[in-house]
Amino acid sequence: MHTKTVAQLIEGLRDKEFSSVEVCQAYLARIAELDETLNSFITVETDQALAAAESADRAIAKGQAGPLAGVPIAHKDIFCTRGTRTSCGSRMLDSFIPPYDATLIQRFDGAGALRLGKTNMDEFAMGSSNENSFYGAVLNPWDKNCVPGGSSGGSAAAVAAGLAPAATGTDTGGSIRQPSSFCGLTGLKPTYGRVSRLGMVAFASSLDQAGPMARTAEDCAILLSVMAGHDPLDSTSSTEPVADFRGALNDSIEGLRIGLPREYFGEGLDSTTGDCIKAALAELEKLGAVLVDVSLPHSHLTIPTYYVIAPAEASTNLSRFDGVRYGHRCDAPADLHDLYTRTREEGFGDEVKRRILVGTYALSAGYYDAYYKKAQQVRRLIRQDFLDCFQEVDIIAGPTTPGPAFRLGEKSDDPVAMYLEDVYTLAVNLAGLPGLSAPAGLVAGKPIGLQLIGQHFGEARLLNAAHKLQQSTDWHELRPQTGSAR
Amino acid sequence: MTIEQAEIEKIAELARIRIDAAQVGEVTQRLTEILAMVDQLQAADTGDIEPLSNPLDATQRLRSDVVTEGNQRENFQAIAPAVEDGLYLVPKVID
Repeated sequence: MHTKTVAQLIEGLRDKEFSSVEVCQAYLARIAELDETLNSFITVETDQALAAAESADRAIAKGQAGPLAGVPIAHKDIFCTRGTRTSCGSRMLDSFIPPYDATLIQRFDGAGALRLGKTNMDEFAMGSSNENSFYGAVLNPWDKNCVPGGSSGGSAAAVAAGLAPAATGTDTGGSIRQPSSFCGLTGLKPTYGRVSRLGMVAFASSLDQAGPMARTAEDCAILLSVMAGHDPLDSTSSTEPVADFRGALNDSIEGLRIGLPREYFGEGLDSTTGDCIKAALAELEKLGAVLVDVSLPHSHLTIPTYYVIAPAEASTNLSRFDGVRYGHRCDAPADLHDLYTRTREEGFGDEVKRRILVGTYALSAGYYDAYYKKAQQVRRLIRQDFLDCFQEVDIIAGPTTPGPAFRLGEKSDDPVAMYLEDVYTLAVNLAGLPGLSAPAGLVAGKPIGLQLIGQHFGEARLLNAAHKLQQSTDWHELRPQTGSAR
Repeated sequence: MTIEQAEIEKIAELARIRIDAAQVGEVTQRLTEILAMVDQLQAADTGDIEPLSNPLDATQRLRSDVVTEGNQRENFQAIAPAVEDGLYLVPKVID
């Protein structure tokens, strides 16, 4: 059961090969067996999932099934779920029970999907290893000495280990694509504004975007069809019509022009990883794609730009956690100032505090022009690099990460070294573009991802290219060795 | 660039985050490293380029000024650390 794709589960449920309750029980059993070690879930919603499975089975029997009826999904613990704790990986929200559902949760529930539970993550989505979680690190199912990536590390590990057929994630600087690369999944960060941010705990509001993490591009297309669309309650949600992602999967990619930025294949890229990426590109070439050398000349400024803009927005967003209205509150505050400062000292972890301080610094009087304004100006240059490339090519391709998953603890004491991990993913968020990571083989037994970058609202093109690649290769079918074959 | 410990203390105060005296040194060192990396920006030639705040150049959408949401005070206060008579409780501010 646990090796099936979402598309296969939908078909099997429709054809009554198995019931939703059976599917749900199989995944809950896998979680009970394996997750004590992996730590990919913060909260497992056993009763809620089984009740939803029973109601899905009734809907299927009556022929009233939604597009994801009876399919279990794991949700990153950043999406507010009414009545179920939403921690965002933080002590600050350890006891937070949201009074409402995120729009994304409403859409999945409305499509008939079951919620298996809430997955582990770097605190407030700040991190690239999932080591910054109040609930402890998550292990990579491919190599338990390694990180699963972050910040959507729990979602990635859960799907890779067969604890869920698919999951949701969020991506502010690579948090869907990098863990997808490290765990051998297909993951998509949609165009900024494609998926509603309502009820998704905010990190950096001009960069945050939710997306699917699954085994195949086809599954990502199915999930994105449920997630995408305008939400009047999110003022940055796009009114652009939603494409037929699934319908475009089998389009020919004959003549598709793929740009290869020379900056993504130079210094810093592990050579074996580079070979995997080139092999995947050769496969796309065999399918008729045309590879074109391009340049993104401001790439070297991506990391500094991101590490001004994201912390600046985070320092503003996270000012809401004050110990007054919800979340953690320190014991016996002496006065209001003590209430604020001690609540925030206790509630936030080290990396979150660092980013709030960097952001506060960048926005403070005397430094605003030199840091925040400067970074926003460079952000325009970075976006323009992509727009210029898209005059010549349809999509852009390169590695998702400089190498495969690194060891637990290897970079956790050095924030700047950790930031360098996201060198190929950050620019996509700064430019608001869609980006996808698809498996491209193994390096030393660990998966590595090919990144495809599309034009604004060009998700269908990316899913199409990745699907065609997956029709002619089997990298996406590789699985880590985990537990019993249930 | 280097950042003085006193400056870190000022920023922490602005951000309303208490930093334990024993940790101020380490926090200062980490922030110095991050700001040194960020300083690569200063070399960029940005002239009078307009800052980009929304990647789609979208502006804030407006809606009609009508009430669309019901009052949910009880719902929201049910998750607050301390409330009384419909009010959020904080330590005494004025003697």
